[in-house]
Amino acid sequence: MRIWFENWKPAFWQLPADTTGLFKHMFNFRRIWKLTIILTAGVTLLPLITITLIDYNVTQKSVESEILLRTARITSNAKRSISFFLDERKSALDFLVHDNSFESLMDESNLARILENLQKGFGGGFEDIGVIDASGVQRTYVGPYNLKGKDYSGQPWFRRVVEHGIYVSDVFLGFRNVPHLITAVKYDLPDGSFYVLRSSLDTQRFIQLLSELELSGRGDAFLINAEGVLQTPTRYYGNALEPFPLAVPEYSEHTQVKEIQDAQGKSIIIGFAYIPNTPFVLMIAKFKNELMKPWRRTRLRLIGFLIASITIILIVILGVATYLVNNLYAADQKRLMSLHKLEYGSKMASIGRLAAGIAHEINNPLAIINEKAGLIKDLFNYRKEYADDPRLLKTIDSIISSVERCGTITKRLLGFARQSDVRGQMVDVAELIREVLSFTGKEAEYRSIDVSVDVAEDVPAVESDLGKLQQIFLNLINNSFAAMEDGGKLKLSAVQNDAAEVVVTVQDNGCGISASELSRVFEPFFSTKTRKGGTGLGLSITYNLVKEIGGRIKVQSEVGVGTCFEVHLPITMKNKKENPA
Amino acid sequence: MNILLVDDEVELVSTLAERLEIRGINANWFTNAEDALKSAESVSYDLAVLDVKMPKTSGLELRDRLKEKYPKIKFIFLTGHGSEEDYRKGTIDGATYLVKPIQIDQLIAKMNEVLST
Repeated sequence: MRIWFENWKPAFWQLPADTTGLFKHMFNFRRIWKLTIILTAGVTLLPLITITLIDYNVTQKSVESEILLRTARITSNAKRSISFFLDERKSALDFLVHDNSFESLMDESNLARILENLQKGFGGGFEDIGVIDASGVQRTYVGPYNLKGKDYSGQPWFRRVVEHGIYVSDVFLGFRNVPHLITAVKYDLPDGSFYVLRSSLDTQRFIQLLSELELSGRGDAFLINAEGVLQTPTRYYGNALEPFPLAVPEYSEHTQVKEIQDAQGKSIIIGFAYIPNTPFVLMIAKFKNELMKPWRRTRLRLIGFLIASITIILIVILGVATYLVNNLYAADQKRLMSLHKLEYGSKMASIGRLAAGIAHEINNPLAIINEKAGLIKDLFNYRKEYADDPRLLKTIDSIISSVERCGTITKRLLGFARQSDVRGQMVDVAELIREVLSFTGKEAEYRSIDVSVDVAEDVPAVESDLGKLQQIFLNLINNSFAAMEDGGKLKLSAVQNDAAEVVVTVQDNGCGISASELSRVFEPFFSTKTRKGGTGLGLSITYNLVKEIGGRIKVQSEVGVGTCFEVHLPITMKNKKENPA
Repeated sequence: MNILLVDDEVELVSTLAERLEIRGINANWFTNAEDALKSAESVSYDLAVLDVKMPKTSGLELRDRLKEKYPKIKFIFLTGHGSEEDYRKGTIDGATYLVKPIQIDQLIAKMNEVLST
C-alpha cells in the first residue's frame, strides 16, 4: 500500500503545506484535494446511504407486517374450518337425539344404520356411536370395538356432558390406546332422567385438514389444548399428546398473531385462535427467518449494488479531484516559473544597464588618461631633452598598459550587457568559453581551481544566441565552482558529434549529486544549496535556455566523484523566430 | 591634407590633435558639430574623425550633414561605448570605427587606410 502510494503520489503531494516567500504558491494543494474529496464524497454518498437505510427499514417493516397479516388470515380461515367441522358433527348428534326416540336408539340395528348413514353423509370422522344411560353405562354400542356395557360414570368427560349438555373432548387415548376425541350430546327425558349419545371422532380428519393448509416459511399447523398438550401431530414440536414445548398463548376471543422466541432463540411467528366451545387452540407456527429469506436475498443484491456504486463514486471522485488539483498545480507551477524567469530576466537587464552605465562613464576619462599619457610619451620620444631618462618612459608605459587593461574590462562589460537581446549569430565555441571563463577567472585563481579547456579543432561555429549561451555556461561553471572544494579541477571540452551538434562538456570533480536528486536537478526550486544562498533556479533557467536555443542538456553524476553536464548545441538554428516560453 | 577632429571632450580632442601634430599631421579640432560645420565652409577637409555620441548633434548626424555638402570627405568614428546599433550604422556606409580608448598608431593606420581608398 505504501509503495503503491509512493509510486502514484500526485506531483503536488510533495509540496510543503505552506511555502512562504516572494514566490509562494497560491494554494495549499493538499488541502484543496482533501476538501474536494470530502465535500464531493459527502454530498454524493450521504443521501445515497440515507435513502438506502430508510428504504431498508421501510421494506423490512412492510414485509414483516405482510407476514403477520397473512398468518392471521390463514389462522382465521383454518379456525373457521375446524370450528365448522366440529359444529357439524355436534349438530348431527343433536339432530339425532331429537329425531330419534330413546327406544329406537336403543335398537342396535337401528343405531348401526344411523352410524352407516353418518359415515356416508359426513365422509368419515364418525368411528362409532353409543348410547349411555344416566348411570354412565353404555347401553348400546355400534363400532369396531367391544365397548358395550362399559361404565363411563368415572370419566371426566361424562361429568362434563352431564353438566353442559353438549361436549367435545380433548384428544385422548382412551380404552383403545388410539388418539381420538369424543363428541357427546345429552338428551333430557320427560321423566327427569336423561341419556347421552356419544360418538368417537377420528383425529385423522383434523390432521388432514390442517395439513392441507398452504403454509410458507416451514410452517406448522396443529391443535393444542389449553393445558399445552399437542392434539395433533406436528412437524417440529412433537407428536400428538406430547407436551407443546412453547408457552400456551393467553385466551383471546379473536385470532391473534405473535412473534416469540423458541428455545434456540429463533424468532417464530405464531398465529393462534381459541376454537369456541372446544378445548382446542389452533396454532400456526412459522419460522420468521424462512419467511424473510426472499426479502434478504433482494436486500443482499441491493447492498451489493450500493457497495459497488459507492466504490465507483469514490474512484471517480478520487480520480477527478486528483486530476483537477494536479492541473491546478501545474498551472500554478507554470505561473511561478514565468514569474521567476521574468524576475531573473529583469535582473540580468538591470545588471546589463548598470554595467553599460559604468563602462560608459569610465571610458571617457580613461580615453583622456590614455591620450595624455600618450602625449607625454610622444613628448619624450620626439623631444630629445627628455629622452635620456628611461625610468620616466617606463612609468608612462605602465600607465598606458594599465589603461589598456581597463579598456578591456569596460569593453567586455559593454559586450556582455549589449548582447543579451541579440539572436541568431555565428558563435565561435572556443571564443565563447574563453569569454565566459574570463568572468570567473578571478574566482578560479583565488580558489586555485585548475580550469582546462579542450576544444577540438574541427568544431565549427554554431548559429545561436550568444547572450543565452553565455548565461548557460556561466551558470554551469558557477555551479561547478560551488560544488568543488578549493583546488578542484574543472574541465571544459567541445566536440562535434554525428547529429550536427556541438557537444560542450562541463566536468568537475566536486561533491556530486545523488541518484535520487539527479532526476530533479532541473526542477525549479530544487536546490541542495538553499542554506548557502542558492535559489534552486540556476539549473532550471539553464535548462530552459538550452531548450530555447533548440539544444539539449544532460547530466551525469556520482557522489564524491563529480558531475558532468553535457550541452548539445545544434550547429544551425532550426527555428530562428523562437518565442521564449 | 586637411583633417577635421570632433569630440565633445575638450581634453581628449585637444591632446589627440597635439599628438597628431607631433607626428606631422595637422588637424583642426572642435568640441561640437556646429563649430565643425562652420569651419568646413572655409576649409576643404579630406577626412573627418568624429565622436559618435555628442550632445545636441551626434557624430552620425554631423557625418550626414558634411556628406551632403562635401561628398568627398572620408570618415572615421570614435566610440566610447559602441552600441550594436552604432557599430552597424558605422559600418553600413563603409565607415570605419575605433573603440575608445584608442591607440594613436592604430588611428594613424586607419587614417591612411581610409584616405587611400
